[in-house]
Amino acid sequence: MAGRAQIPTKNSALIAMIADEDTVVGFLLSGVGDVDLRRKRNYFIVDSKTTVKAIEDAFKDFTTREDIAIVLISQYIANMIRFQVDSYNNPVPAILEIPSKDHPYDPTQDSVLSRVRYLFSAESIASSRY
Amino acid sequence: MSGQGQRLNVVPTVTMLGVMKARLVGATRGHALLKKKSDALTVQFRTILKKIVSTKESMGEIMRASSFALTEAKYAAGENIKHVVLESVKSASLRVRSRQENIAGVKLPRFEHFTDPGAGDTKADLTGLARGGQQIQACRAAHIKAIEVLVELASLQTSFLTLDEAIKTTNRRVNALENVVKPRLENTISYIRGELDELEREDFFRLKKIQGYKKREIERQLQAAKQFAEEQFAEKVSLKKGISISSAHNLLVAGAEKDEDIIF
Repeated sequence: MAGRAQIPTKNSALIAMIADEDTVVGFLLSGVGDVDLRRKRNYFIVDSKTTVKAIEDAFKDFTTREDIAIVLISQYIANMIRFQVDSYNNPVPAILEIPSKDHPYDPTQDSVLSRVRYLFSAESIASSRY
Repeated sequence: MSGQGQRLNVVPTVTMLGVMKARLVGATRGHALLKKKSDALTVQFRTILKKIVSTKESMGEIMRASSFALTEAKYAAGENIKHVVLESVKSASLRVRSRQENIAGVKLPRFEHFTDPGAGDTKADLTGLARGGQQIQACRAAHIKAIEVLVELASLQTSFLTLDEAIKTTNRRVNALENVVKPRLENTISYIRGELDELEREDFFRLKKIQGYKKREIERQLQAAKQFAEEQFAEKVSLKKGISISSAHNLLVAGAEKDEDIIF
């Protein structure tokens, strides 16, 4: 147990976002947006002109920042950096894949659920559908 | 695996036998406990998995509702609210708090969201003052609800990952105890027993041999003593009678036959 990553008990941590403009605006309205003293934002807007490298850098930046506890990332963006998302193993910050307007949620592509796909018999999904 | 024939390298004494037995008892008890822990963790794991699946589906619904609300707000308040909102970001008013919960012996993280009242909310409040204010409020409410669900989903996900790792470690320990440590201890115990038996047999053999020697020694000594005693007597007789020792000897031997003719 000593070698495992310790999960810090924090009193206030932020929620980061990597999504398209509409989703980000919606969540900024609800108040999760934050710009700190060094003008660093906790959200990253992805449009058609953003390069994969920029997305990767933003992801790495959010996951290494200490004050971010959750990273919300749109599923189609996660697909672009699927390799990095899948190889991310720390429990904190938690990576959550959210659907976007044009791309509804697809559980087979979720990086966490795919790890336990063997547990996904038709019966377990069907029972939760009722 | 070579685990079958392995044993620890110890001196085969009775003390070591006691020590090994104690260790075997400890290993057995630890194995049973760890197995129980692994079972409890697996049960938790499955409940969390079910919860995750259902929460993810409801999250899909909620996100859809919130993007509807956003579209309505955009329609009602004009396209410019995007820029207004992007400009008005200051300090986050909706934050998360992380705590540790102890479930079945494993520390799992739990997130909960809370509103930081002191942070700058004022600028965002003025959005939609011109038109579409109601839609904007509705949109904000929908998104806040979405955030609640998302925070819960995030804590479920982290507990899930942490539990997964904990189960793997515990299973590894159970298997190690079962397949490596216990057979090794058992082999060591049987080796020590074998050596002790052999030593005992050696001792027994040695004892018997020595007993044999001693018996022979005693017999020989008895013989020697008897002979010595006879010679002594023969000497005495020869001195008295003035005859040679051998004739004295013969005399004694003959006298031992109790001849009636000789009267002393």
